[in-house]
Amino acid sequence: MNPESKSHPTEQAEPLVKIENLKKYFPIKGGGYFTGSKKIVKAVDNVTFEIYRGETLGLVGESGCGKSTLGRNILRLQEPTDGRVFFKEENILAYKGHEMRKLRKQMQIIYQDPFSSLNPRFTVGEIIGEMYDIHGIAKGAEKEKKIKEMIELVGLDPSRYHNYPHEFSGGQRQRIGIARALALNPEFVVADEPVSALDVSVQSQILNLLMKLKEELGLTMLFIAHGLNVVRHISDRVGVMYLGKIVELSETDNIFDNPAHPYTAALLSTVPEADPRLKKERIVLKGEVPSPANPPSGCHFRTRCPLATERCAIEEPPLLEVRDKHFAACHYPLEKGQTLKQAISSKEQSQESVTI
Amino acid sequence: MVSAKPTLTGEIDAKPSQGKTSVLKALRNNKVAYVSFWFLVLIHIAVFLGPVVWRVNPEELQAAGSLAGWSLQHPFGTDDLSRDVFARMLHGGRVTLIVGLAAMLFSLLIGTVVGACAGFFGKVVESILMRITEAMMAIPTFFFILVALTVLGTSPTMVIVVIALAGWMEIARVVYGETLKWKEYEFVEAANASGATPFRILTKYIIPQIVPSIIVAGTLTIAAAILTESAISYLGLGIQAPTATWGNMLQNSQQYIWTAPVLGILPGVAITIVVLAYNFLGDGLRDALDPKFVKK
Ligand SMILES: Nc1ncnc2c1ncn2[C@@H]1O[C@H](COP(=O)(O)OP(=O)(O)O)[C@@H](O)[C@H]1O
Ligand code: SF4
Ligand SMILES: [Mg+2]
Repeated sequence: MNPESKSHPTEQAEPLVKIENLKKYFPIKGGGYFTGSKKIVKAVDNVTFEIYRGETLGLVGESGCGKSTLGRNILRLQEPTDGRVFFKEENILAYKGHEMRKLRKQMQIIYQDPFSSLNPRFTVGEIIGEMYDIHGIAKGAEKEKKIKEMIELVGLDPSRYHNYPHEFSGGQRQRIGIARALALNPEFVVADEPVSALDVSVQSQILNLLMKLKEELGLTMLFIAHGLNVVRHISDRVGVMYLGKIVELSETDNIFDNPAHPYTAALLSTVPEADPRLKKERIVLKGEVPSPANPPSGCHFRTRCPLATERCAIEEPPLLEVRDKHFAACHYPLEKGQTLKQAISSKEQSQESVTI
Repeated sequence: MVSAKPTLTGEIDAKPSQGKTSVLKALRNNKVAYVSFWFLVLIHIAVFLGPVVWRVNPEELQAAGSLAGWSLQHPFGTDDLSRDVFARMLHGGRVTLIVGLAAMLFSLLIGTVVGACAGFFGKVVESILMRITEAMMAIPTFFFILVALTVLGTSPTMVIVVIALAGWMEIARVVYGETLKWKEYEFVEAANASGATPFRILTKYIIPQIVPSIIVAGTLTIAAAILTESAISYLGLGIQAPTATWGNMLQNSQQYIWTAPVLGILPGVAITIVVLAYNFLGDGLRDALDPKFVKK
């Protein structure tokens, strides 16, 4: 791949993965046995977006908003309730078992928890070696050589080939998880909060490793995080999730400099600024995230939104292009350059004029 | 909010390095189980290697005559048909223990396959297999065994098969529960994400994690199988004379309970302490293999 095509991935805008109307509902036991009221959690609710070849798409949202479920369903590690997922123009949800297993060489996942995501009874060599065994790619000495190359690539000592996961630190285990995911040189990787479980001191090492490997191997990556600050440096574009839906999606700078959705704006107001002179006003969201089993009508964010009106309770806002390549799901998106504070005060003014 | 995925605790992490020797070490904390273990080792050596040393034929009539008391030639005396009781205890013990071990292995096989498949595949497979398991549990075990042996005959193979068929359900339930637990771990999902087949995931990722529970269940199953074999022998439906088992020796001794009580006491005590020892060992292993009890 030539370097030009990688440096401006969004301009050439060739989608590698397309997600259309994806839904994942979980039935939960709710109500009494006799009333039989079956509740569902809409963990991912009608999500549509594209991931461009060569880009890193950051996906952020509070814990429980459905990020992991979205990642798992894109890779078909769970069967989606409805919708379609295209990988290279092919709907992989229609693939049969053996077709899907073959395709898995090209799409991989890096997990959040470096403890439960590695088989405690396998050595590092066996964990990575499984990738070659499963797809019959290398055997014997050649396999061992490839495994050692992978161990070295992620910055570990190849002499630890025969060590078990519990003999490593959290950061080192995460490196093993990365080596496992990248062993077959996949094209697409979902990284599900790969640094959230790590000490702050090692988080940046792992992030830098991921960015380096992404460039070297020409990966396309869906990078999931629960805080905006983590995705800023690694992502080309950023998507923001709230209660099972993507509420805003645009290029990273647009999201950080000119957020359109009130939720994104409120999240940003809590991100510490690198430059302390740029004082900003924190906007603390009121209330808790509602239960995904019982989301509010209309706009899911309306119970906490400072801009909410009656319309927001009735009408669900679709994800629309509010500005050039900038999508937001809100009836009253912020103007370019407008802060949430300004929007709130202009709303209050207009309400006063109505009451007069 | 509760995370949907379980996390491995540091304690479970400590397990893979824990080899066989440290299991024995952990077992040492439980004196009864530790003594039981070495007692069972001795009994197995005696029963399997003893006949090589004590070469008296257990089915041959001895010159000492019937119901002879103990002597140097016949340490446990002779029975009603002038056979050497010591030789019969060794050979009978061998048959009894082989029946117990073989029935246990067969039960483990059925129980593990049924439990693992039901837990792993879920849906229809789960409903069918677990309904069968529950139905089998609902049938009174002893009634099932008596009917099956009456129909199928009492060859040693049939006795083993029937005892095994009556004793796999508890193992299936244990393996089923463990499979449900382990399949939620991310390393199992990671194997799926890597393109591993369901067979590979079950055999390389899930079942190895359950081995400790299977060992415990197997130990308790041997005890139950030995007891069952003795009980059906006592009713005359077990392995038939002249082949000795502790069970049919016990049955045979009934008539001589006043004249030669040793004929009943020997197999009776042997059965009781072997069954007890296997039960104590099983309980001890349960604690020794439970990661919560592994000292860091
Ligand atoms: N297997 C499951 N069964 C039932 N509910 C689930 C399951 N997995 C996730 N959920 C629910 O779906 C919602 C989204 O979860 P998740 O995707 O893990 O969120 P995130 O990764 O953003 O923290 C949560 O409310 C969670 O409780
Ligand atoms: S649609 Fe209404 S409630 Fe929802 S984010 Fe926009 S203003 Fe707020
Ligand atoms: Mg998550």
